[in-house]
Amino acid sequence: MSLVPRIIAVAVLFLICTPSLDAKPAKAKALPAPTTDDCLACHSDPEATRGDGKPLGRDLGKFAASIHGQGGLACTDCHADLATAELPHGEKLARVDCATCHSDTAEKHAGSVHKAQSCTGCHGVHDILPASDPASRTAHANVPATCESCHKQPPGPAGRGKSIKDGFHVGKVLAEYGESAPVCSTCHGAHDILPPKDKRSPMHHDQVAATCGTCHSDVQETWDKSIHAQMIASGRNAATCSDCHAVHGILGTEEMPRWRVAATQECSTCHASKANTYRDTFHGKASSLGYERVATCSDCHGNHAIRPKADPASMVSAQNRVATCQKCHPGTGENFAAYDPHADPHDRERNPVLFYATMFMKALLGGTFAFFGLHTALWAPRSLKDRRARRAAHAPKQPTSGDDEGGRA
Amino acid sequence: MKAETMAVANHDEVWVERFAAIDRITHATLFTTFLGLSLTGLPLLFSDAAWAHTMANLLGGYGVTGTLHRLFGFAMLFCFAFHVGRIVFRLYRKRGPTMLWGPDSLVPQPRDLFQMYDHFMYFLGRGPRPNFDRYTYWEKFDYWAVFWGMGIIGTSGLMLAFPVFFSRFLPGDVFTLALLVHGEEALLAMVFIFTIHFFNGNLRPEKFPMDTVMFTGRIPLHELQDERPAEYERLVREGRLEHAFVPPPLKRLDLVGRFVGTIAISLGLVMVALTLVALLS
Repeated sequence: MSLVPRIIAVAVLFLICTPSLDAKPAKAKALPAPTTDDCLACHSDPEATRGDGKPLGRDLGKFAASIHGQGGLACTDCHADLATAELPHGEKLARVDCATCHSDTAEKHAGSVHKAQSCTGCHGVHDILPASDPASRTAHANVPATCESCHKQPPGPAGRGKSIKDGFHVGKVLAEYGESAPVCSTCHGAHDILPPKDKRSPMHHDQVAATCGTCHSDVQETWDKSIHAQMIASGRNAATCSDCHAVHGILGTEEMPRWRVAATQECSTCHASKANTYRDTFHGKASSLGYERVATCSDCHGNHAIRPKADPASMVSAQNRVATCQKCHPGTGENFAAYDPHADPHDRERNPVLFYATMFMKALLGGTFAFFGLHTALWAPRSLKDRRARRAAHAPKQPTSGDDEGGRA
Repeated sequence: MKAETMAVANHDEVWVERFAAIDRITHATLFTTFLGLSLTGLPLLFSDAAWAHTMANLLGGYGVTGTLHRLFGFAMLFCFAFHVGRIVFRLYRKRGPTMLWGPDSLVPQPRDLFQMYDHFMYFLGRGPRPNFDRYTYWEKFDYWAVFWGMGIIGTSGLMLAFPVFFSRFLPGDVFTLALLVHGEEALLAMVFIFTIHFFNGNLRPEKFPMDTVMFTGRIPLHELQDERPAEYERLVREGRLEHAFVPPPLKRLDLVGRFVGTIAISLGLVMVALTLVALLS
């Protein structure tokens, strides 16, 4: 629809509406379904108002440019109740049923977590544009903003990315790579979004790796051989991608050194006791001060391909651990690699020498401070008394020792 | 002889030497490196404490504190090696008998145990102050605690600084022990020095706020008579008192002592507070 019909519409509008809308026009007869132009006659007049004084014009002007307007749909194709209504029609219209045309999509939506939300929440109303149009709410680059209009803070464990735009996928990749970058719908789906607890959801714990693997197929292949993947495959609970990689706050590789240290927190969610013994070591202490040049979990255990110690292919297996230590400590041998990086001073079975050495040190410290604590506690008041006595006497000689000295000298 | 010494004893301007320059320099090097090691080591020892990250950052970040800690450590070990070398040299020069036994020796002797008992009795008001000589039992304890500490902390520190070298002939478990011993001994040393040693030497009411003898090296004669009567009597008896007389300490040296001492005591007490915060939280 271009200029000509619009000009006609404006002309008609002038003819019909100029006299005054206050004086209601004579009751129109029930005509055959009104055309779009008929509707726009009133609905594009900037001065036309409803009975309650609100403008009639609204955004109907954008309809012509919308995908539905461009496709030649008439107002009554959606507002079916107006096809037979008397004009001017009442204020309450029947709810538009998108399923009339979009039945497949509506079916998916009806089973989704958003079933209570209407189509218009994401797609708009009269101004719906095709996703291929960069101005569309559902255009690839606009999806995060559209979702964010409700999901101000992405759900999930606290502290995992304040805004989805802080995350690497949406914050950086999208700006750089456009269409090929992941946005909300890439992982979550669009019309058929399911709660993560639903086994069919791509966000279900068992499905996450496959979802991420659609882009990161090489990583998924490596991870599939890990102990974590094997445990999940056998129905047990273990870490998948999202357990270590902060879901919406995923960082770029330039943050790698910082995250390598921070990720020990993620490991400790499940491996709490190992994380505690790690923090007792020099590696753990230095890394908790933010030092990046010390070994963290992944330096010894690997990341995606973590395997149990008993597996010869593991980085910490008896066969491989010397090579693992040598990554940072060139020239080391078996003795060095026999170091127990998770030694537990409370575990007499595993580390007997450390257990008794810790007890000895505690006794040494306790004994020393108990003795000298008492020594000081008794000396302090006595010393205070002596000082006062000496000041009171104003004598150069101290009274108690003065007597002894006099006797002996 | 007696009349003469009594005459000078009442004179305020009579001072005797207690610590030779070499001992004072050794002590100054020791406490400077000790403070440096404490400041740079404390954040790592209590890396989980709320203040650890901030403290490490104030000192230039972990990378800097780690380097400084090693440098201070080497400096302290050189100081220790120099001291041990000096002892060996003096023993070689036949100074053995007085160095190894007797009132001028730092070697613990039965007399020290008795004096410790007497001192406790004196604290409780059940006896006079013991007849102390040149070195009291707590001073000997301080000396040997530091001696032992430098040996243990120094050895374990070297192992931790050069693990690859030491692992050539030591089993891997040694490094876990080295870290434990290094940290616990350091904790013992720090808290002991910053509380007990500071109290004994400086903060106790008779000395408060500080005693600058470790900077000036000199004490007034009346202090010798009061606090170390046995040494005083010995000097008189052996006719050596006059040889010990020295001019009063330089005012400047005393001021430097007070300035440096204030910094050292303040830093020490702050570190004790940080330690308590870390241990109690």
